[in-house]
Amino acid sequence: MDSPYGLLAELTYACPLQCAYCSNPLALDEYREELTTQEWQRVITEAAELGVLQLHLSGGEPLQRRDIVELVQTASDLGLYTNLITSAIGLSERRAEQLREAGLDHVQISIQADQQNLSDQIAGVRSFERKREAANLVRRLGWPITLNVVLHQQNLDHIAGILEMAEDMGADRIELANTQYYGWAGLNRSGLMPSREQLRHAEEVVREARERVGDRMEIIYVIPDYYSRYPKPCMDGWASRQFTVTPNGDALPCPAAQSLPLPKANVREHSVAWIWQDSPLFNEYRGTDWMPEPCQSCDRKELDFGGCRCQAFALTGDASRTDPVCHLSPDHGLVETVVAEANDPARPSGATLTPRPHPRRLQPRTVTVPLTTAETSAPTSL
Amino acid sequence: MRSTRPMAIVEPMIVPRIAPHVRMRYDAARGQHVLLSPERIVVVNETATAVLELCDGTRSVEEIVTELRARYDEVSEDDVRHLLDELKAKHCVEVTDG
Ligand code: SF4
Ligand code: SF4
Repeated sequence: MDSPYGLLAELTYACPLQCAYCSNPLALDEYREELTTQEWQRVITEAAELGVLQLHLSGGEPLQRRDIVELVQTASDLGLYTNLITSAIGLSERRAEQLREAGLDHVQISIQADQQNLSDQIAGVRSFERKREAANLVRRLGWPITLNVVLHQQNLDHIAGILEMAEDMGADRIELANTQYYGWAGLNRSGLMPSREQLRHAEEVVREARERVGDRMEIIYVIPDYYSRYPKPCMDGWASRQFTVTPNGDALPCPAAQSLPLPKANVREHSVAWIWQDSPLFNEYRGTDWMPEPCQSCDRKELDFGGCRCQAFALTGDASRTDPVCHLSPDHGLVETVVAEANDPARPSGATLTPRPHPRRLQPRTVTVPLTTAETSAPTSL
Repeated sequence: MRSTRPMAIVEPMIVPRIAPHVRMRYDAARGQHVLLSPERIVVVNETATAVLELCDGTRSVEEIVTELRARYDEVSEDDVRHLLDELKAKHCVEVTDG
């Protein structure tokens, strides 16, 4: 067993935005008791000792954590490559300078579309202009600009405009990632799922843009797996190269694995090394022995690892089945039905999506007032 | 999807540097040098490490080869250019005209 290369630290699920494609879990309130600064520092240190080289700071919105600079400092003192994945809300000039000073290697800014009204509508709050300003700030401080756009039914037709916007902003890199249907995105799947025609057009635009911009801007396009013949090699295999820690300290082999009916592994109770090497959760689907047919006798099993366990669970109720995205899966009909619905000429346009709500949250390092005190100090004029 | 553009050839006068979003470090847990970027980890062998350490944005490919020849017996300029081409295609290395 190799040691992990990457840690995705989901510092908080608090976020000023409300994207309907958000992959955060539906039960946001279960993650209110966030790890403290010291706990995160311990997790980061143990991860580095285990062999982790890259730390992705995400959420929710990681800038909602007041200790973000401290955490970046800890990671960069350990030599980790640090990547902040942010909506850019909360990236003030001062904050950005402090992060730069602390050694943050890379900033990835998410944008929802190429036009203010559409971008703000998808985000659920006015945010477009602030993102553009943040991108300038990032450039001024000497970081490369990486933009991140999640693609779905409502913005896919804007892909040419999105690429143009990225060029105008002087982006060095843009990641165009088709929605993965976990969490809130899973709930909103029927409204977010693009049509085949939309995807065909988008791929053509991406191909042309790559030829046009050459080396000036790197364009990363993540294909939508519902339309692929084979599943994505989810996480390069279960507990093989990276892991996630959620705001309350649950360690997960895949960011969506909190949905699986498996025993939890929490960093408040166990060391990172034990979780990686010995926890039942991390060993459940490690390697290839657990695989059912048709994967077990398939020559692609070391290439795609049978796809995503969380997707298999979401679609079939059994996480150990072949990812139904695979055309060889006995459950592939489930995916075909969803795709057929998305391409139905009678599909209503402009579906209503459920926005991701703002979770209630207990701020770490804030002393919680015991309930009894709060009650006695309440007005008693009734 | 691969680009259909002809692969840019790294010419001797060109000045390479490690891309701004990429960092090279020694991975002590595995005893190897790696190039780190947000989506990628590229393991680099000893020769590549020696080349990359000289890619500081001031030396041209030709100068890098000269320096390497002062240190090692057999240094092929073609190999160095090939390596830089490969890393450029992976967006790990950028080049400017010397
Ligand atoms: S996807 Fe949107 S709502 Fe979800 S964490 Fe990111 S910015 Fe916030
Ligand atoms: S059968 Fe399994 S291993 Fe083979 S391609 Fe499909 S998901 Fe991959």
